[in-house]
Amino acid sequence: MTTLRFIGWRLLAGAGVLWGAATLTFLVVHFTPGDPAEAVVGGEGAAPTPEVLAQVRAEYGLDLPWYQQYAAHLWRIVRGDFGTSYRLHTPVTQAIGEQAAATVELALAGAATGLTLAVAVALATARRRRWLRGLASAAELVAASTPTFWLGIVLLTVFSFGLRLFPATGGQGPASLVLPALCLALPIAGVLGHVLRESLEEVLDEPFIVSARARGLGDAAVRVRHALRHAMTPLVTMTGYWVGALLGGAVVTETLFTRQGIGRLLVSAVNAKDLPVVLGVVLLSALVYVVVNLVVDLLYLAIDPRLKEAA
Amino acid sequence: MKRAGVYAAAAVLAVLVLAALAPELFTAQDPLAVDSGGTLRPPSAGHPLGTDENGRDVLARIVHGTRTSLLLGFGAVAVALVFGGLLGLAAGLGNRLVEGVVMRLSDVGMAFPELLLALVVITVAGGGTSNAVLAIGVAGIPNYARLVRAQTLAIRRSGYVEAAHALGLSAPRVILRHVLPNAVKPVLVLATVGVGTALVAGSALSFLGLGTPPPEPEWGSMLSTARNFISRAWWYGVFPGAAITLTVISVTVVGRALRLRSEGRAW
Repeated sequence: MTTLRFIGWRLLAGAGVLWGAATLTFLVVHFTPGDPAEAVVGGEGAAPTPEVLAQVRAEYGLDLPWYQQYAAHLWRIVRGDFGTSYRLHTPVTQAIGEQAAATVELALAGAATGLTLAVAVALATARRRRWLRGLASAAELVAASTPTFWLGIVLLTVFSFGLRLFPATGGQGPASLVLPALCLALPIAGVLGHVLRESLEEVLDEPFIVSARARGLGDAAVRVRHALRHAMTPLVTMTGYWVGALLGGAVVTETLFTRQGIGRLLVSAVNAKDLPVVLGVVLLSALVYVVVNLVVDLLYLAIDPRLKEAA
Repeated sequence: MKRAGVYAAAAVLAVLVLAALAPELFTAQDPLAVDSGGTLRPPSAGHPLGTDENGRDVLARIVHGTRTSLLLGFGAVAVALVFGGLLGLAAGLGNRLVEGVVMRLSDVGMAFPELLLALVVITVAGGGTSNAVLAIGVAGIPNYARLVRAQTLAIRRSGYVEAAHALGLSAPRVILRHVLPNAVKPVLVLATVGVGTALVAGSALSFLGLGTPPPEPEWGSMLSTARNFISRAWWYGVFPGAAITLTVISVTVVGRALRLRSEGRAW
């Protein structure tokens, strides 16, 4: 029963955040200077007749009082209707849907690469000789401080134009995914590696590690089979960081490598002041954040029975 | 060895601040002087870091860009700190209703990646340096509101505040004389590390063509143009980004040392 209540609370909190996000997008649309009806018809240069504007206002409910518009706004979002792009004249969900696969591919490749690098470095250097730890910590600092867009330029300079190993633009088979994924992954690996190494060094002091060693387990087995699992928990709870780093990184990486994807769709929408698309992507990122958070919480509940009693 | 690193980072920051205040000290060349005969030249004695597509000196543009780039980082954190600080203070000192409203609002804010929130502000307000500062700052408000609230709560429950109350001091006096001064320092220390993140986000906006517009020199916007010449001019793409990375590393190292010191740990 308590577990059910806990899940219920988390669902309610998630729905609350999404409601807040939807309200925010409504406020943005309403407090943006300029007539939304004119934006729908095609921006400043279109010079529509008053009749056309009136028709658009009636069609989009722009002549209704604000609370009716607000209710209609929420209802549309609940049904999965994020409006129509000013620029593309297609539904926002369709515009995002067409680009989603490319971004998911990039984000998964980047996340997997970043995590693998962080785990490898942390396992190899935690509680090792001082110079080795110093080296790892310096590498993490540099990786975490390097802006994605510069890292991409350096990777292109060396591997694409210097050594001619990988293509410079996206969408040309698996080889064209290597540099963008690496570009997305290295700063993430720096941040995660730092967190993971500190938590691994703490876990290696725990009594259960001593008992594992006393049973005659080798150092590598202790690290990989016993310590790593415990040390990974802080990485899983950094939900906001993951979503932000992958989506924010995708915006820059896709632009730099001229790849298809939601990030590039977003940048061109910002340039064209295509508000529905911008808000659609932002709402989608909030949805991803809420869902991932929820899944992580439920996984914890399944993995760690102590939490059930606490809840 | 560690201390030497912190001092080196502090020295780099001092040089950067000096370059922001008086760029003429570091380069005699005009960052806007076009030379159509000397475009995309590799590093040489006359142009230590080469020239760009208009024959402008890359070193001069990096040096003169320091002011704008630092402004993006420090300015954005200042915006986030002032607004987030006021909200956090209200949440930490106010009743349960005020606290609940501020915290639920920051829950919503935390659901958006900062760069995406900044892009919404840019869509509504338009591009440019000051809007980029505003956009990155607004995106950071939820985070700082949480930080200041936690700090305020810790101080509010501390012994010396209870003692001040017991002595019969009025609430505004306790807040102004005891809570605020003690909350400011740890928050400023934590904000130092945030300057690096804000600088990267701000120059990312310029890189996307939404921050500082050309021809004004700024590191992110230089890289935005440099990306079209990667195959011909490696120096153009490498040096402005190295300036960003070096700045962020220095800010982070100094910020971490300040944090460890304020927590009473060895640095």
